[in-house]
Amino acid sequence: MRTSLAIAPRTRQDRALGVVLRSSALLAASLIFLVLLFVVFEARGALATPGFGAFFTDPSWHPVDDGTGSEYGVLPMLAATLATTFGALLIATPLGIGAGVFNALVAPAPFALLHRSLVEILAGIPSVVYGLWGLVVLVPWIGGVSHSGQGLLAASIVLSLMLLPTITLSTEAALLAVPKEQLQAAAALGLGPIARARLVAVPAARRGIVAGLVLATGRAVGETMAVLMVAGNVVAWPRGLRDPLRTLTGNIALEMGYATESHRSALFVVGLVLMLCVALLVILAGLFGSGENHSVSASGSAGR
Amino acid sequence: MRRESGLKALLWAISMGVCALLVWIVADLVSRGTGPISLEFLMAAPRDAGRAGGIGSLLVSTFWIVAVATGVALPIGFFSAVLLAEDTHSRMSRAVRSCLDMLNAVPSIVFGLFGNALFCVALGMGYSILSGGLTLSCMILPILIRTMEQSLRAVPKEQRFAASALGLSDVTTLFRVLLPPASPGMAVGLILGVGRALSETAALIFTAGYVTRFPDNLLDSGRSLSVHIFDLAMNVPGADERAYASALVLVVILFVINSCVRLAARHFQARLAT
Repeated sequence: MRTSLAIAPRTRQDRALGVVLRSSALLAASLIFLVLLFVVFEARGALATPGFGAFFTDPSWHPVDDGTGSEYGVLPMLAATLATTFGALLIATPLGIGAGVFNALVAPAPFALLHRSLVEILAGIPSVVYGLWGLVVLVPWIGGVSHSGQGLLAASIVLSLMLLPTITLSTEAALLAVPKEQLQAAAALGLGPIARARLVAVPAARRGIVAGLVLATGRAVGETMAVLMVAGNVVAWPRGLRDPLRTLTGNIALEMGYATESHRSALFVVGLVLMLCVALLVILAGLFGSGENHSVSASGSAGR
Repeated sequence: MRRESGLKALLWAISMGVCALLVWIVADLVSRGTGPISLEFLMAAPRDAGRAGGIGSLLVSTFWIVAVATGVALPIGFFSAVLLAEDTHSRMSRAVRSCLDMLNAVPSIVFGLFGNALFCVALGMGYSILSGGLTLSCMILPILIRTMEQSLRAVPKEQRFAASALGLSDVTTLFRVLLPPASPGMAVGLILGVGRALSETAALIFTAGYVTRFPDNLLDSGRSLSVHIFDLAMNVPGADERAYASALVLVVILFVINSCVRLAARHFQARLAT
């Protein structure tokens, strides 16, 4: 269905408007390619020597040659990114979905409103403020006397705080979009609010809830400041909960300030790896979303 | 039935926990942050790496960074949103929309890399308010376009048909028929973009820079409030209190902005209902 605007120009002004609309949209759309182009272009030095493969085969990250040669391994940092993301999701998913279900289906109306505004406030707090809170309050508490406290556990907790509102609000929105008739029918069958949520609303809203989780995962992989402030930032494979580690994003933020030549170029390759992770996630989400479309049948998913 | 009430209790506990967490964080922010705040703190430039002085120059820098970001993103975003809303299902609109979805998924630190390479180095702007603002304008464009498109699409079809039947030109239709009812929704989108620009840190460290002086012009480097919080917390021992005070100011500004969004949205809905 096409509407009239900018499709069948009547005057010279209209034609000009059409040109302005199309060129603005083209400019906006070209930005993603511009971003990709510039990141790849700046990474070209490191992609030529040592090559993209070296970033995954070198054992460690020593991009500045101090006589013993440079090493460009990003795998420990990739593992750290995945570990903090996984840890954060592990904490935030049950809490977020629980709070979303509570808000949409269980809570008395005035309380739901209050709770929603609180979650929205939580969503509006900048990541750097979460990082500050984590650094000053959480880290000493985790560390106790023997550790610094910076590490996987602190990073996962701070990150989970940032994912919580995303998951809660998207779960709630997905549940509220479930047709009222279905819930009324379930109520007429004598199901209580919890049973209605468990057997009717949540299965029906599954796609929206999963979409929210994917969104949250993307945010977790791309988050820089909050993690940087509490992760300890030592390049290391994730081992214990209280051992420091450095994520891909944190690595860029820490070293970009003084990096030159091949080192700078290597950091752009790290940015490229980061973008590949996010792209993979978007593709996975697409596959999962369309696959689920075929597999969901009302009786099948509500049975368990 | 026992299971039913057990689950219900669990859900209550979870949401109470979430509320308690928020109260804890906000209470912590207020109790540690209010100490240094005074008129002088809000007006003066930082001294001694931020251990003394205020945040006046940072507020000025932050204002100009956000002004550049929204000033550049607003016209591009507006016209793109009009195209997407009016030419909804064309091949071009669908392609533009998926490009914008991809742009929205790019991590902010990658925008920082991009902005550094394009604006600071290739275009020779160096670390400056202009570089930082332009980088943020790319970053907030997707959210700006999405909300503006939605508010334009919410205008009833009948109004377009009526305008078309009257033989109004596209320009008149856009500015006299579609824009007035869509403008409150567009304002909400703009404010969301401002909020996102204000909260951003990672994309600014290597584009707008670290300098704490009052900026003379847009090509001066200027540290944003968010970067200041990060720097005080990480690199300046003994400045935690000042970091908290800066964070409190930032959160209060964002809270005021978010409340405006909610009030505007409510006003908009009330006007539609009558």
